[in-house]
Amino acid sequence: MLANSAAPATPAAPPAPAKVSGAVSLVKSLEALGVDVMFGIPGGAILPAYDPIYDSAVRHILVRHEQGAGHAATGYAQATGKVGVCIATSGPGATNLVTPIADAYMDSVPIVAITGQVARPAIGTDAFQEADIQGITLPITKHNYLVTTAEEIPRVLAEAFHLAATGRPGPVLVDVPKDVLQAQTTFNWPPTMELPGYRPTLHPHGKQIREAARLMTSARRPVLYVGGGVLKAEATDSLRKLAELTGIPVVTTLMARGAFPDSHPQHLGMPGMHGSVSAVYALQKADLLVALGARFDDRVTGKLDSFAPDAAIVHADIDPAEIGKNRTADVPIVGDARHVIDELIQAVSAERAAGRVGDRGDWWAQLDDLRKRYPLGWDDPEDGTLAPQYVIKRLGEIAGPDAIYVAGVGQHQMWASQFISYEKPHTWLNSGGAGTMGYAVPAAMGAKVGMPDTTVWAIDGDGCFQMTNQELATCALEGIPIKVAIINNGNLGMVRQWQTLFYGERYSNTDLGTHKHRIPDFVKLAEALGCIGLRCESAADVDKTIKAAMEINDAPVVIDFVVGKDAMVWPMVAAGTSNDEIMFARDMRPSFDEDDL
Amino acid sequence: MTKHTLSVLVENKPGILARVAGLFARRGFNIDSLAVGETEHPEVSRMTIVVNAEESPLEQVTKQLNKLVHVLKIVELDPTVAVQRELLLVKVRADRPVRSQVLETVALFRARVVDVAPDTLTIEATGTADKLDALLRDLEPYGIKEMVQSGMVAIGRGSRSITTGPALRAA
Repeated sequence: MLANSAAPATPAAPPAPAKVSGAVSLVKSLEALGVDVMFGIPGGAILPAYDPIYDSAVRHILVRHEQGAGHAATGYAQATGKVGVCIATSGPGATNLVTPIADAYMDSVPIVAITGQVARPAIGTDAFQEADIQGITLPITKHNYLVTTAEEIPRVLAEAFHLAATGRPGPVLVDVPKDVLQAQTTFNWPPTMELPGYRPTLHPHGKQIREAARLMTSARRPVLYVGGGVLKAEATDSLRKLAELTGIPVVTTLMARGAFPDSHPQHLGMPGMHGSVSAVYALQKADLLVALGARFDDRVTGKLDSFAPDAAIVHADIDPAEIGKNRTADVPIVGDARHVIDELIQAVSAERAAGRVGDRGDWWAQLDDLRKRYPLGWDDPEDGTLAPQYVIKRLGEIAGPDAIYVAGVGQHQMWASQFISYEKPHTWLNSGGAGTMGYAVPAAMGAKVGMPDTTVWAIDGDGCFQMTNQELATCALEGIPIKVAIINNGNLGMVRQWQTLFYGERYSNTDLGTHKHRIPDFVKLAEALGCIGLRCESAADVDKTIKAAMEINDAPVVIDFVVGKDAMVWPMVAAGTSNDEIMFARDMRPSFDEDDL
Repeated sequence: MTKHTLSVLVENKPGILARVAGLFARRGFNIDSLAVGETEHPEVSRMTIVVNAEESPLEQVTKQLNKLVHVLKIVELDPTVAVQRELLLVKVRADRPVRSQVLETVALFRARVVDVAPDTLTIEATGTADKLDALLRDLEPYGIKEMVQSGMVAIGRGSRSITTGPALRAA
């Protein structure tokens, strides 16, 4: 392209493209794409690539399990907004990436996974460490590649990064056979991408925007239902403007925590299975939902046919397939959340300029009353054990709104979503769609690598922690001083909660023995992994233990918070029931004064 | 449920059939018939997919199909303004006493005999699914020894073409 753009008087001969191996072409492509770090483990088929990695400016972090590499790439991407990169060998190396790839797919996280494959002549012969990772990951990637010639490596990588990062982001896998890495090729950059079938729609339709603005102005009980797409589109400033311009109440889903400040008076909190009463009620009683980058997930809607029965739906998403998938949209808007919100601001401003201003006084009066009557909270355990909610709340208050919080999956995740006040985007990372236990430690590692000057706290359960804690060795050796708060209730807490509520307190296989037998001893385990290990067993010690951990910045820290096993996550909408059946606490339904409506 | 005929233009890349078929399977759709072949653009293949589905799930699967990077364009063909054809090869028992009757049926349906054996005839027929069903019904009494049927291919009537457009030129 450049060669044709201007005709200099004495045309300089273009530099002859260097002859390189496929492996060098791969690493040079990653450098050209601006990759600064990748997480991985070498092995037979990917070994040729590791030779140029040895000399490359791209930092390679040697993890202990490929799953750790995948979640680290996700944590890096979630914290920085850049594409995360993980790399593994063929066969089991590649299949160990399957869980984090599926996780990233469910939460639309831009990662690129590079896998070695057996040499081309061996493909299809059940060769040693052969797995059809392209076939395996077809349903869990945005797109994937099996590279068949060394020449296409730069183009495939450029396409992979482009696909991962644009439109609705997602994981892309690039599988490269060993002999392709070894073959001689030329390295040309930039390559020309060949993606004729890929044309994401960024700009919304003006007519739909005007219709949405009209509804937003006339609705009496509107709600802005904000999903993770708003964070992906870096649209949080715009969202705040739109909310303040319209005065419409805001709820942020599990994937959108931090997209709108928790301290903002218009914020009702998180909707869904463990959402606040006011957020759940607002959705149920709304006459208009404006869904922005959200997908009407079953954990938000509860029983779908009784979800927000009186609401007209404005549904804006960059992925047209999300619109109308679960709930029919009255005003479908396809576009990037930032463009959508910016155009909504203009259209709503035009409505207001024409003298049309909605009246939300009654609506706010109802919602404020609910907020007052049903705030998020907990009762301290009767047996005198430490309340996990208290630990998490104090952690959030002490570490503050600038820290990044990374949760595992289960009760501690819900409490971390409920009891930490998120004020800034990209400070809350978790596995929302897939619900991947074991996400926290490696994702926190990735986040810390991407944001080295930010305090990164993993809030993990004792069950989750035992799935991926080996990456603490990586953190200790690579100088990645994350902090881990294990909310150790000795059990698979959320499963136990369901057994308490729905299985007659028959606790089948949920006691992990971490209380009863102190196996493992998390303090000793932390120390064995090169971290500082601390333990806290009483409310009186919570603050000083957290502060002690905050003082340590040259090594990873693990705190074993030994908490009561009977604490439960409330409110709760039981699976498969209507949001109207929300329980504020065990056997306690909030009373909605229907006459108010 | 109603039958829908989708014409799906895709980049002619390895694995595209698995991507498309896998998508239908995991979204819970049964494909009634599927035919793939090249188009006038060698880098573009055309799939004709017949599915039994309600309108709104079909819209969802179409949108999901559109998200496949190698899918260029999807058009639902309205059977009233499209030509739809399937190919049938059928081996029918036809010894001396009934052979002339079988041949009469063949002629009636404007089918062709493509192979002859002392006791069987192999017949080739093209047409809509209804026509081929009718032919098979008429041949049934003689004894069908073997048959094979292609997926349906379809093309819109009139001068308009679905294989023109910016996406296809770029491919």
